[in-house]
Amino acid sequence: MTTLDLPPVAASEPGGPTPPGSAEVPAEAAPPRSQTKVRLGGVTREDVFTVAGALVGSLALNWLLYERVLPFSGAFGFLVCWYLLFLAGYFALGRLQWGKLMVRDRLVAVASWSSGLLVVALIVDQIGYVASRGYEAAQHVNFFTESMEQTAALSPITSGGALNAIVGSLEQLGLATLFAVPLGIAAAIFMSEVGGRLARPVRTLVEAMTALPSIVAGLFILGVFIITFGFEKSGFAASLALTVMMMPIVTRAAEVVIRLVPGTLREASYALGGSQWRTVWNVVLPTARPGLVTAVVLGMARGVGETSPVLLTSGFTSQFNADPFHEHQVSLPLYIWNYVKQPYPEMVARAFAAGLTLMVLVLILFVTARVLGGRKPGELTRRQKRRIDREARSAEAAARAARPSGTVRPATARTASAHASATAVPLPGNS
Amino acid sequence: MTDAPMTDTPMTGVATADALAIDPAADTLTLPPLPPGAHPGGGPLAGLETRDVSAWFGTHKVLERVSLAMPAGEVTALIGPSGCGKSTYLRILNRMHEMVRGAALAGEVLLEGDDVYRPGRRPAEVRRRIGMVFQRPNPFPAMSIQDNVASGLKLAGIKVSKDERQDLVETSLRRAGLWDEVHTRLHTPGGALSGGQQQRLCIARSLAVSPDILLMDEPCSALDPTSTRRVEETIAELRGRLTIVIVTHNMQQAQRVSQTCAFFLATHDTPGRIVEAGPTAQIFGSPRDQRTSDYVNGRFG
Repeated sequence: MTTLDLPPVAASEPGGPTPPGSAEVPAEAAPPRSQTKVRLGGVTREDVFTVAGALVGSLALNWLLYERVLPFSGAFGFLVCWYLLFLAGYFALGRLQWGKLMVRDRLVAVASWSSGLLVVALIVDQIGYVASRGYEAAQHVNFFTESMEQTAALSPITSGGALNAIVGSLEQLGLATLFAVPLGIAAAIFMSEVGGRLARPVRTLVEAMTALPSIVAGLFILGVFIITFGFEKSGFAASLALTVMMMPIVTRAAEVVIRLVPGTLREASYALGGSQWRTVWNVVLPTARPGLVTAVVLGMARGVGETSPVLLTSGFTSQFNADPFHEHQVSLPLYIWNYVKQPYPEMVARAFAAGLTLMVLVLILFVTARVLGGRKPGELTRRQKRRIDREARSAEAAARAARPSGTVRPATARTASAHASATAVPLPGNS
Repeated sequence: MTDAPMTDTPMTGVATADALAIDPAADTLTLPPLPPGAHPGGGPLAGLETRDVSAWFGTHKVLERVSLAMPAGEVTALIGPSGCGKSTYLRILNRMHEMVRGAALAGEVLLEGDDVYRPGRRPAEVRRRIGMVFQRPNPFPAMSIQDNVASGLKLAGIKVSKDERQDLVETSLRRAGLWDEVHTRLHTPGGALSGGQQQRLCIARSLAVSPDILLMDEPCSALDPTSTRRVEETIAELRGRLTIVIVTHNMQQAQRVSQTCAFFLATHDTPGRIVEAGPTAQIFGSPRDQRTSDYVNGRFG
């Protein structure tokens, strides 16, 4: 039930000495007793108790069955059985108090809640596990400043590190992004803006490529680039393999966001005498920019963690090699793959630390991309906002200064601000 | 200047002097000098004329032999019930018709006596001379107010100095009657304005490329009455400076803003055609055709 804060209208006397709307009316008309607010919706105590009861009851029953009655054991089976018993128990408890439809509704709600929680728990577990295992090696600065040249199998954790892999990953990802993004966006523009009879086969092909097994991308570059053309295994070859993986993802995502740009904007551009390419460049792409950034980030996130294409094309080395075009170059996934299978605990610890580094790297990429291009169309950068504030303030100050001299105020304000906007320097992205 | 040979209404030529006489009376601000290449206010104005224009979408014929002269410097209103082809006709005038797949056309559209559909004539060039304002305001969301106004230059690939650009932005916004409301926030996004302001921003954007003709496709149908009045004032101020063709569903609006009026009508099996065209006063005061009389008096449509 909603409670209204307004006093009842009928309580104020019509034609009385107090005009309606004056301060005294609410005081007069105020109800004698304070009204209690009733919270609407939300979770009731009943709901909480039902869930808690079902949880405890099913746990007890499960323990009894699992540990005493049935010949089962193991934590995983225990959890699965507990969950199933919980759903059954919740259904039974619900059936005691609610109707059939209501119980079904609640059951679905509980099931979807728990699957959501499961996903979150899995992610937290995954990140937490890698972080806790990786911390051992990552807490030492040398992990980020040294490579593995001088590190033997039994060297302590304070020697050696993943600098070569971090540099290799960044370079390979950078090169792959450099290739994949222009190609992907160009393909997306072709499919959505140019269209024609070829657009459909291209789209089908791109969709098929998103499902391309990553090892095949590696084999392709290995077969064509390294075996046929005779180039050596290098970071550059790896970045080509990553490009094959990233391009379809960038293309698909970019096409979706380009299609979301309203057709009325294209019409407006054409009506101003814009050609198709100028329309794409000046109207469509800037409008779709936040979505395009997401597309790029999606592609990069896919590329940075790929192991198998890199495995076949870059070659493993423990040396530091900053040149992606010559000699083998290791990257983080390859580093992890190589060291985690070794029988030395320090090596495994380094591999986990590299895994942690990889996750942090992806996080940094996401944040950077959001900051760089994730603004909504038309939203201002912080610099632009500051500049506008500054202009407004200086215009105000000028107006204030001019006022005592007897000038008409609005005119002064206008000239001052017109002056301010005339001296404004256009920012990149604004012109 | 085209001598628009209109069959039933010999009224070209009166317009320019008339409009200039009206202009000072309207509460316009004194305009700064126009940027180079702009259409000078009192200079030669271009009229538009169509001869036997028929249009199809695929096999469906939507317009049948429409001949109409839109006198230079005047406001021509196209009225008629929905689906009578007046918007299609408007889009034919600046070659936006051909953006629709399967669109076809017959007849001539003469801008200063030169067919805009002449083979070899580029649509972009035609559209730069014949601007268009759409039914729903559509400022570019990724651009600020001033970038929106100057977007026509960018889209046409015209390079101007910063000062010229600034002047052009101010002139265009003043002509669209928007300058006083936005001059302190030219860097803010155009999408943050109210609907009426957005529509006037779109008008300013069209004016910035100094077109000879401005087409307006129900420019006020998405606006509230106050914004509608401001847009109508803007149209009144622009009269005499360029030729305006406006499609409207609002009879009063057609009566208020236009000097010439054309009534379109289509039935189930016949494509749209002009039933009657002439001076607005005549169309609304003493229409010759019974159907026009019925329509303008609100008896159908």
